[in-house]
Amino acid sequence: MEAICEKSETICVIGGMKAKVIVRLKDGVLDPQGQTIQRSLKKMGHEVAQLRQGKYFEIELNGVKDESAARQLVEKIAGDVLCNPIIETFEIEDIS
Amino acid sequence: MKFGVVVFPGSNCDHDTYHVLKSVLGEETAFFWHQDTDLQDVDTVILPGGFSYGDYLRCGAIAKFSPILESVRRHAQEGKLVVGICNGFQILQEAGLLPGVMLPNAGLKFVCRHVWLRTENNQTPFTSACQEGQVLRIPIAHNEGNFFISDQELAELQENQQIVFRYSDAQGDVTPEANPNGSIDSIAGVMNRQGNVMGMMPHPERASEALLGSEDGRFIFNSMINRVHEVHH
Repeated sequence: MEAICEKSETICVIGGMKAKVIVRLKDGVLDPQGQTIQRSLKKMGHEVAQLRQGKYFEIELNGVKDESAARQLVEKIAGDVLCNPIIETFEIEDIS
Repeated sequence: MKFGVVVFPGSNCDHDTYHVLKSVLGEETAFFWHQDTDLQDVDTVILPGGFSYGDYLRCGAIAKFSPILESVRRHAQEGKLVVGICNGFQILQEAGLLPGVMLPNAGLKFVCRHVWLRTENNQTPFTSACQEGQVLRIPIAHNEGNFFISDQELAELQENQQIVFRYSDAQGDVTPEANPNGSIDSIAGVMNRQGNVMGMMPHPERASEALLGSEDGRFIFNSMINRVHEVHH
């Protein structure tokens, strides 16, 4: 992340921790959107046995320096907000 | 104050609900902004339909963090009535005040039409003015109304009489053809275990004046009004 300070002669570059989170529908939860995409692909002649739609998030954190603190925070964000645990699971793909 | 209608950014049935309660049924009613934290002396809180926060992420997922939700939670804990209509129902589910979650409609289309609902439980503060098994004609208007819940929790809902409305045909028969969105067990409305928080996908506020084609929504509002008047006497 780049932050430009008020005085234009100084440019501060602050590097934050970044994380990538994938949210998936649990097995057995109906995915009408995924089914529709799959049907369309079949109509186009693509042999697709299974397709499930999920969500992908790129997060950049402020003020977190080490990886374990970042992981803890991202887990909280993903568990409380990004996914609904009744129907979804999340996975932190990458954190650095 | 008897009724409070919560307004979130993106609510669009707030004025309809207010209109029915205040102008059609003559009850004291006030609006509350989602940033408010004081529900004052309101007896019944209604979370109206709409698209709170644009339905971004998941329907109701952002609204559940609004400051007023903590007050709504306390209100519910005190045993007072809370009702979520459509998006309001989804918000109450995300907030954990009602069970289950709404998936996209099985047919993938936004469904906006009148449906028939069978009253599954008329021993509730929301349906006491209905006859047992009474069939109501009330419109739905949603894209995510496909009620989903685990088998175990569904069994609990059935056992505890928490299913308030099911989608049915005009005769009150619950059939797959009468299910407009794929909801498990044709569920259109449920309440919490304590019986003071209820959510329903159909819009009773759009069916409370003859001009609009049905007045059946009044059975639901009148039930709550009766309850509120009982509390005040």
